[in-house]
This record gives sequence, C-alpha cells and structure tokens, in this order.
Amino acid sequence: MTQVKMTVNGKAASGDVEGRTLLAQFLRDSQGLTGTHVGCDTSQCGACVVHVDGKAVKACTMLALEADGAEVSTIEGQANADGSLNVIQQAFQDHHGLQCGFCTPGMVMSAAALLKDNPKPTETEVRDYLEGNICRCTGYHNIVKAILAASGQDVSAIAAE
Amino acid sequence: MPKDGGIGASSKRREDIRFLTGAGNYTDDINLRGQAYVFFLRSDIAHGTINNIDTSAAEGMPGVVKVFTAADFAGVGGMPCGWQVTDKHGEVMQEPGHPILATGKVRHVGEPIAAVVAETLAQARDAAEAIDVDITELPAVIDMKDALKADAPKVHDDLKNNLCYDWGFVEENKAAVEEAFQNAAHVTTLELRNNRLVANPMEPRVAVGDFARGTGDHTLYTTSQNPHVIRLLMGAFVLGIPEHKLRVVAPDVGGGFGTKIFHYQEEAFVTFAAKACNRPVKWTSSRTEAFMSDAHGRDHVTTIQLALDADNNFTALRTDTHANMGAYLSTFAPSVPTWLHGTLMAGNYKTPLIYVNVKAVFTNTVPVDAYRGAGRPEATFQLERVIDKAAIELGVDAIELRRQNFITEFPYATPVAVEYDTGDYVATMDKLTEIADLAGFEARRKESEARGKLRGLGVNCYIEACGIAPSNLVGQLGARAGLYESATVRVNATGGLVVMTGSHSHGQGHETAFPQVIAEMIGIDESMIEIVHGDTANTPMGMGTYGSRSIAVGGSAMVRATEKIIAKAKKIASHLLEASESDIELKDGAFSVAGTDKSVAWGDVTLAAYVPHNYPLEDIEPGLEETAFYDPSNFTYPSGAYACEVEVDRDTGQVTIERFSAADDFGNIINPMIVSGQVHGGIAQGIGQALLENCAYDENGQLLSASYMDYAMPRAYDMPFFSVDHSCQTPCTHNPLGVKGCGEAGAIGSPPAVVGAVVDALRSAGKDVTHVNMPLSPSRVWAAMQ
Ligand code: FES
Ligand code: FES
Repeated sequence: MTQVKMTVNGKAASGDVEGRTLLAQFLRDSQGLTGTHVGCDTSQCGACVVHVDGKAVKACTMLALEADGAEVSTIEGQANADGSLNVIQQAFQDHHGLQCGFCTPGMVMSAAALLKDNPKPTETEVRDYLEGNICRCTGYHNIVKAILAASGQDVSAIAAE
Repeated sequence: MPKDGGIGASSKRREDIRFLTGAGNYTDDINLRGQAYVFFLRSDIAHGTINNIDTSAAEGMPGVVKVFTAADFAGVGGMPCGWQVTDKHGEVMQEPGHPILATGKVRHVGEPIAAVVAETLAQARDAAEAIDVDITELPAVIDMKDALKADAPKVHDDLKNNLCYDWGFVEENKAAVEEAFQNAAHVTTLELRNNRLVANPMEPRVAVGDFARGTGDHTLYTTSQNPHVIRLLMGAFVLGIPEHKLRVVAPDVGGGFGTKIFHYQEEAFVTFAAKACNRPVKWTSSRTEAFMSDAHGRDHVTTIQLALDADNNFTALRTDTHANMGAYLSTFAPSVPTWLHGTLMAGNYKTPLIYVNVKAVFTNTVPVDAYRGAGRPEATFQLERVIDKAAIELGVDAIELRRQNFITEFPYATPVAVEYDTGDYVATMDKLTEIADLAGFEARRKESEARGKLRGLGVNCYIEACGIAPSNLVGQLGARAGLYESATVRVNATGGLVVMTGSHSHGQGHETAFPQVIAEMIGIDESMIEIVHGDTANTPMGMGTYGSRSIAVGGSAMVRATEKIIAKAKKIASHLLEASESDIELKDGAFSVAGTDKSVAWGDVTLAAYVPHNYPLEDIEPGLEETAFYDPSNFTYPSGAYACEVEVDRDTGQVTIERFSAADDFGNIINPMIVSGQVHGGIAQGIGQALLENCAYDENGQLLSASYMDYAMPRAYDMPFFSVDHSCQTPCTHNPLGVKGCGEAGAIGSPPAVVGAVVDALRSAGKDVTHVNMPLSPSRVWAAMQ
C-alpha cells in the first residue's frame, strides 16, 4: 500500500492504495465520490470521465498513483457555488439529455472539456468529440442538443422536443 | 400553449438533479459495513463435463472467506422459468434445470462454476485463478438448425433433444392458410435473420446480499426493473425464504431494456452467501461478465411467406421461425417468440389468415430473453421486410401496398388472437409523409448522387402490444405470474402525497411523470407529490417496469387509488361544508359546493383526516390512504410509421443515416418531452441493431463479441438528429388515462426502415437486391453491391 495525495474538487484528498488501484476506484471507494461511474473494462464507455489537471481523463484507465499530486475534478464538484446546476448541467436537464443517468457524469465532464477548448462547436464536432462516451438511453439526440445549447447556440430549430 | 404542469406538460425531470450532480444512488454505490466481495469463476468453454473442481489452493489464499461450488447448493432450488409454453401437440415445453453454479456440466461460456468470497475483489479474483477445474470438453451446438439434427449433441442430457417446444399458432387456421397459399395470385418468400443482441444498459448488473442474524431478515440490493418479481422468484423457488423475511431493493437503476427483468444466479448467490458467510456479500459485474451473463436478445431465423390476390390484397401469411433459447430458460424466455411475437403477426394489415410456427431451440450459448420490444421487433421486422420484397416483385409502390391493406376499422379482431381497440394507420402514415418530407426525397437523392453517394429511402409501419397484461389471459397462455400493477397513495396531514408503486423507473422518469397525473386529478402542484418505488419493504406487491407497461398499467393503478382518495376526501369535505356529498366538486385543489361560493381547501380536508376533531367518525375512518391494484382488460396497441434515409458509399459499403423520422400514435401523452426521449433511445437501438450490433459466437461456442472493442455500440456520430412526432393520438379505450405506452416503439419500428433504405439505395444503382441481413456492416453492403 502506498499513500496518494491529490486535490479533489478543491479539497485535499489522500488514501492508501495498491499499485493496481485505479483512479476510479480511489474516487468511488476511498473518497466516497460515487458520481464517477464504471461502465466497462476496456476504456470505451466514458462513464468514468473526470478532469485531471484540467484535462478529461478516463478514471478507469489511470492508476490512482499516477494522479498523485494532481488537481482532480469530478461530477460532484461541477455545480455552482450556491449548489445550483452549472450551465452544462442545466442544459442537460432543460433538454432531457439524460434518462437513466448512468452515462451522465461522464457526458457532463466530457462536454465541459469540449466547450473549454471549443466554445462554439458544430453538431459534427460534438458528435465526434463524444466518440468515447456511450449512452444507451437517449440516442444522443438530446445530449448533442444540450451541449450545443450550453455553448450558447440557438437549438430551437434543430429538432422538435 | 404548452401546459406548465399536469397531464400533457413537458415537466422537467426532478430526478435529473441528483443524476447531474453525482448524487444518484445506484446499486454499486451501496457499500455495507463489513461487506465481502464475490468473484465468479466462469466457464471459458461452451460445453463440457465437469470432472472435478479443486478449491483447496484457493481456500488458502489471502483474504479468502469461503469458496463455493455447486456442492454448497445441494437442496437449494434452481433458477425458475416464469412462463410455460404448450406446443402444437398440446405438450408442455421441455424445461431443463438451471443451477446457481454449474452442476455436472457447463453449458455456455460465462456459466458460473465456482464463486470466491474474499475481503477484497482483487483477492477474490486472485483466488479464483487458483481454482483447478477439470472439464472434459464436449462438442458444442451453436447453430439452431444443427442443434435439431437427430445426432446433435444434447445441451441437456436429461431432455429428449434440443427442442424446447414446437409451437403452432393458430393451429386451427393452418389448413385454411395452406389453401389460401394454393389459391394466391402471388407469393413472396423471404428468409432472414434477426441478429442476436446484447442489451447493454450502461450500468452493469450489481447485487449485494445482507443477512440480519438477530431477526433472520434477508435483504438483496440489486439492479432490477422489478424487485417484487425477484423477491417472489428467488424467495419462493430458489432459496425458500418467505416474502416477509426477504426485502429486495432496487435503488436507481442505470438502464435495463429488459435485461434487468430476469432473476439471475448472482442475486440468489449473494443472498445465500450473506447468510453462509454471516456478512454482506457484494457482486459487481464487469462489462465482460455482462456480455457473457446478461440474457441476450433476439436471435431468430425466419422464413416468412406472404400470399396476395390479383389485386394485391394480402390473403395469407405464414412464418417459420427458429428461436434461440440459449443453454437455459431465462425467466420469461419462452414467451418472447410465442405470445409476444406470434400475436403481432397481423401488424397493421387486414390479412385474414395467419399461421406462425416457432421452434425454440437449446444451444450452448448465453440464455436469450426479452430485449426492448421482445418478440414484437422480430414480428415487425419480418412482416415489413416481406411487404417491401412483395412490392419489389410486383413492381408497385411499397407505401401504397401498405395503405391498401391497412386495417381501417376498430375494434379489429386479428386472426392471431388479439383485438386492437384503436388506431389510425392512415393518419400516422400521412403524418410521416409530412414530417419526413417524402416528397422531397428524389431531390435529395439527386443531390447525394451528385456527390457520388447512393441514397435510399425505407418506410414501414409497426404495431405493438403493450400494457402487459391481462392476468387471466396470460395465465391461460402459460404465465406463472399475474401482470397487474399496484399503487398506494398516502396523503399526509398537510396535504402532500406519497405514491408507492410497484412500477420501477430505470430511466423513464417516473418520479416526474407520475406526479403529473395525480396533480392533474387533484389540482395541486406536482411538487407536492413524491414517488416511492424500487423497495419491496415500502411498496405494494407490483410487477415492475417492462413491456411499455408503466403508465398504462401502473399509471392506471395510481389513477384508481387517487379516485378512492378523492371519493373519501369528498365525504370529509361534505361534512366540513355541511353539504350533500353529491354536491361537492373538486377543482384546482379545493372542494366546493356546486352553485355556491362555499369551499374548503385540499389541505383543510387532509388535515381533518388526520386530526379528526370535526369529522364524521361514525361513517368513515380517519386517515387518507388508499391502495389499488389494476389489472388491464386488454393490451394497448401503439402504432406508427417510420422513415429512414441513408447514404451508401459505393466504394466501401459504409452506410450513414441521413434522416430518420417517426410518427407514432401512443394515445394520450403525459409528458411529451419524456415520450420523445423514449422514442429517440429506441430508434438508436434499432439503428444499432440494423447497422452495427451483433453478438457473435464461433462454431465452438466462443463468444467473439465480449467487450465494446468487439460489440459495436452506437456512438453519437452514428446518429442523426431524429424527427419524431406523436400528435396522432387515438386514445386507448380500456384504461382510465387513454394511454398506450411508448418505451419500445422506437426499437420495434426502426430496423426494417434502415434495411429498407439500404436495399433501396442499392437498387437505385441497379443491383437486384431485395434483402441484406443485419447488421448492415460495410462488408455486407459492399458484398451485396458486387
Ligand atoms: S469505465 Fe472508463 S471508459 Fe468505461
Ligand atoms: S442516460 Fe442512460 S446511458 Fe445515458
């Protein structure tokens, strides 16, 4: 067991981990941050996406030890300071961008990373960016729409409902 | 004006707040004090005789609590099957035993052989590697037609052969159908395959067992669409635990699509092991395990024949299907190719004579059961595809051929034992024509061709039977359960309501949509109503969520319970208002005396019910809480028309979906936003089936598609924006809300449209193609072009 220390959602976090402990496991089991989900074992689904030092990372594919000293942010740290939903989260609710909610944390974290780099993406750019995020419920229609809306683009003409 | 609350409003989903902030409570988020972890050692061969399992080395490994094999389950029941089909000779299906851990033989890759419970998952996994299993491999049966040959190896040695049942429907019509085919002016024959799929909810299955030594109470936390069904099946048939000593909790469920209906071995295992180990035991499926242990879907091989007269009227239909059951009968497997499939073969058409034959076959593969649509997509696919082929052969317009044969008068009794109460297939086709801009297709095709691409259009209809199901009917058909739903409405003293229901959301937004119904009935704000579900300890016995039944059956139970509440509240109000009960009206959350300005607020009545100082105690009891069980009198019959436009790359065979439009008739609608979302998701799964997804086995029974590297899940870039419309509404006549259900429609209606569009594109390039089997991978499409 080795101790890791990192900052998670602005707070100091530490714990003892094995060499094989994944960042996703550390967040879920040691830190109780169960908003980061695990949906696969081949780094394909993106339910586990968090930000490490500002970059979107699949927490199932990174060892906890690799994040030693890093700034990590997870879905639990995304809401506004007053607890209200941030722009992306609010757009997901407004446009029904989630159903079962299991892919949602990863989708929101990926969307945040996309909009940071590309504040006004096209539909195609959004769809391509989400290559690593699988949603089985929504058919992506309302996810793509929510992300476009969160970027400030008018989505009223895109598609009904 | 869109409404801002109640029935018909696109109320935003309240559950989203927790899901969007990482505050959901999924089963894997549950960790109990002192819990141990189980890892299942699963068979990596498809068929073999177990000679010996040596667990001694594993037992000495660090952290190991206990190693289990079949021997530990002597005296414990096997996994039950919930539906018994009677075959065309009047004999009941062959029903093999289904042990919790493999006993004597392994019968599919992924079957659990042994289980290690240890302090950590890693320790359990490490120890499982030290178990020595001696298996003599036997030849595997994978192909269904091979499995039925006289000399085929038997999956179950104690059964006569690999045929589960040979079902004929309607057997009495068989001779008349044969005669109609002899007299037909034209017969179209189509052979096709409905590819095997894996449901793949993004949340893998999880089960946590707990046992309270002090009281003898068992608790199972599990990823289930129907916790009461699990409690009944596991308690009564597997572990012998009475329902009052067994609580099943399914908290937030991360998608299901059918695959979380069934009772699985892992649930029984953790419940059993928690007592045996005297500590909580947790199992979390990996995705790879999910591929080899979640029930699969579809996997039918069919020959369908359509007979037409000289005027192109459909005169008879005959189908012959082999349906894969896999190695064991999953909970509702036998019902899927029979009563959920044969009864839908009339589709939207007035074909007078239909005969359906289904042979259900055991193979050395993962059990197959209901997946979104369950039987109805298979029925729709073959029927709509054979109609397209007939139109090609006859040189007529496929849409016109459909219109000509539409059922137009309702109620309509089909020749396959169901009666459609309402529908308007002309209206949905007209609506589709408009929203899909079918008139503009030729111009779009020219534009695609100018870019060197082929473009095709596929249009089809569908009908489904939802709102499952009248209990007395399904009982006659072999169901070993009733299919009612329940609701308890508890009104609190200060006027808020808690609704406890046996329905259980796994993404459908029940916590939002159900309150809309009750808010409308009482005239109060939706925020005053809370839904409680997913826990057998605090909800009445109910059958759960599947088959697009929650609003049609569960919603109806809620309406009935709320009606009882209102009736009692009116009695209380009449007392408070000193007026006759028959003069009391409820509107906008207040009771008034008709024709006067006397009124009393909802909250005053509810308070009186719990503080009955001025109260008719001699006539009615205090309190305001009512339960209703609703058993539907018929299925509901949503229907619609779907259109898909594709482009096909001439050089690579790559297909892209350019447009997809759906005009559905779901009857009345509670929340249009949620309904559209359900259709979107269903369409994406249908497009996935048609273009991408395929669960593949090699001839030895090795599962070739056991991860997202090999099983092509639809991604965002595989989908267009969809155009969906549900303004055509012919309300259901036999439930109080007039609703039909919408959960499965998209997955049922879309595959034939996609295949039809690709065939149309290939034909536009002069290729004489009438059908290509799913999934339409670039290699298959390219081959069809050569
Ligand atoms: S869990 Fe990380 S990509 Fe699937
Ligand atoms: S909302 Fe269920 S997987 Fe995306």
